[in-house]
Amino acid sequence: MSQTQSQTQSQALPGGPMRYEADERGYFGGTWGGRFMPEALVAALDELTVAWQDAMADASFVADFERVLRDYAGVPSRLYHAERLSEKVGARVLLKREDLNHTGAHKIRNVMGQALLTKRMGKSRVIAETGAGQHGVASATAAAWFDLDCTVYMGAVDTRRQALNVARMQLLGAKVVPVESGSATLKDAINEALRDWVASVDHTAYLFGTAAGPHPFPSMVRDFCRGIGDEARAQCLDQYGVLPDAVAACVGGGSNAIGLFTAFLEDDGVEIHGFEPGGDGVETGRHAATIHAGEAGVLHGARTYVLQDEDGQTVESHSISAGLDYPGVGPQHSWLAASGRASYTPVTDAEAMEAMALLSRTEGIIPAIESAHAIAGALEVAKRLGQEKGPDATIIVNLSGRGDKDMGTAIEWFGLGDADLGPDADLEQVADEAAQ
Amino acid sequence: MTSTSTAFEKARAEDRAALIGYLPAGFPSVEGSIRAMRTMVEAGCDAIEVGLPYSDPVMDGPTIQDAAQQALDAGVRTRDVIEVVRAVAETGVPTLVMTYWNPVERYGVERWASDLAEAGGAGLITPDITPDHGSAWIAAADEHDLDKVFLVAPSSTDERVAMTVAESRGFVYAAAVMGVTGAREATSDLAGPLVRRVRAAGDIPVAVGIGVSNGDQAAEVARFADGVIVGSAFVRALLDHPGDEAAGLEALRALTADLAEGVRRG
Ligand SMILES: Cc1ncc(COP(=O)(O)O)c(C=O)c1O
Repeated sequence: MSQTQSQTQSQALPGGPMRYEADERGYFGGTWGGRFMPEALVAALDELTVAWQDAMADASFVADFERVLRDYAGVPSRLYHAERLSEKVGARVLLKREDLNHTGAHKIRNVMGQALLTKRMGKSRVIAETGAGQHGVASATAAAWFDLDCTVYMGAVDTRRQALNVARMQLLGAKVVPVESGSATLKDAINEALRDWVASVDHTAYLFGTAAGPHPFPSMVRDFCRGIGDEARAQCLDQYGVLPDAVAACVGGGSNAIGLFTAFLEDDGVEIHGFEPGGDGVETGRHAATIHAGEAGVLHGARTYVLQDEDGQTVESHSISAGLDYPGVGPQHSWLAASGRASYTPVTDAEAMEAMALLSRTEGIIPAIESAHAIAGALEVAKRLGQEKGPDATIIVNLSGRGDKDMGTAIEWFGLGDADLGPDADLEQVADEAAQ
Repeated sequence: MTSTSTAFEKARAEDRAALIGYLPAGFPSVEGSIRAMRTMVEAGCDAIEVGLPYSDPVMDGPTIQDAAQQALDAGVRTRDVIEVVRAVAETGVPTLVMTYWNPVERYGVERWASDLAEAGGAGLITPDITPDHGSAWIAAADEHDLDKVFLVAPSSTDERVAMTVAESRGFVYAAAVMGVTGAREATSDLAGPLVRRVRAAGDIPVAVGIGVSNGDQAAEVARFADGVIVGSAFVRALLDHPGDEAAGLEALRALTADLAEGVRRG
């Protein structure tokens, strides 16, 4: 795996406990984020900002949110010591088991938060974008639970690739609209959802699927996902009496990563690692390593790192993991990278698939391919920490989702599914190599 | 360089509304788009909006998306847009660029303003920046004496209308409907009240766009607005004649004449 750190210039940090927060106009570090949006949506974004801030300050909203996550979604998720994996790398690897949440990923936290807020705001319809369909399924689930109308925009390329998730959304009562424009993938689904929203904003909430987009989405989605890190920090202290030496997560738009990182931002001794989709390898140009290889620009309402050409046209991203296949990234991550507080490193498709096999074989856990990027990257960090600090060195990895949805990809990648073949010797070797 | 306000002054002197026409640069080709826009000028457009094709046009409906995508597929570059502006501005009508923000930021805001002014461009219409997040553009535009056309929408609060009017130069673009660009069957009943709110906020021409596609609709809007902006209908005229430039230009000429008659009837 490439060990190069993100090649961003270091910027001076403003002081004080709010230094990682957005200002009231939605800028992190004074430059990242903001709200580059049509005027038609500004009133709705202002309304949402006020509603979200009121809600977060309202103990009854917070209690409702916690209750629904606990009773319905299975949160708090466990912090699990992966002992065999730990043994292989020589450091303590703790997995935050978001894969065990209802609908199989951290995404349920965000949608339950946003849907609860939608109810509070008196709106009757939600829209969402989705790539692989995970956020779409989570949104359809929340819409069913809260009795809201739901329309999900999905690139036409993705509706063909992810027919099973289309069917899940439909079974849950959502309308799925295939988007043919542009590259017919996630970024175009976001464009189409925004177009819907401009025309429907009086009665519709846009359940944005990650910690990107215009203010207040990056901060609001972060608030709904930050339980991941708040819980993990307390669980780690409680179970081991120490803070971890490092935390790690995969970064698509950045919701699971910022959800984990937030609790540790002020813990200066804790290393923070984001792992970006390196696709075929950054040098091939076929990747989605936005922070590592992109440049500052404006996409979907925020100033952030963007994969773009010389003229500022967005270029298509590539990743084996549909959930990470996005040419932008949440602006707070751009700020954490630029300020040096977190480092962002690409992990290739092949490295992620090796890690998927390894975790399956050593721990009996089939991770989402997104999460497998975090595992692959974290194991490198864990080996270094183990060497530096011994076997008690501790890393928390966000296992953001489970791999059921990815079996089609795994079947193709590993050549699985033919029962006559018996245990696959090659795959055994792949898993072994990943552990080396 | 001619500020768009001259087009409004001329129209007002003739006791009518101004007609502003939009086409994306590079559609169907760079040279073809220049011929198309010049045809619109000859047939009666008072100002031209040159669209800068962008990969993620969130305020555009299918018609303009289609044309912009064709222009991008044909390889149009930001620097071509500047050349289209130069060729159209030579006709003497105010020529603005309508662009999403990222291509400008990428080109360099200061360099963009300077090159646009040098080419004779009147200024920019910016569908995805509002004055409160547009300080870099505002500074560059002021430096180079360019028009800053920001949008107001039916959802804008009075406070935001006042802020937008205060920061705009040339004219204010009033979005007639809550929605993206594209021809509509009926004119919107949201546009009139919005125009009145803009007028109450300050003394600047206000033009109404989104949805207007024929002379009758233009006449209706011309009754209460200083200008009528038409985009998708022009694009449609060209899209309907793929590969036949003469027929496309004829359709543009006929549509422009119908609209120009409409703004005089209103
Ligand atoms: C399991 C899982 N992890 C991670 C992601 C990436 O999103 P984010 O970067 O917002 O966490 C996704 C998106 O679909 C996902 O399904």
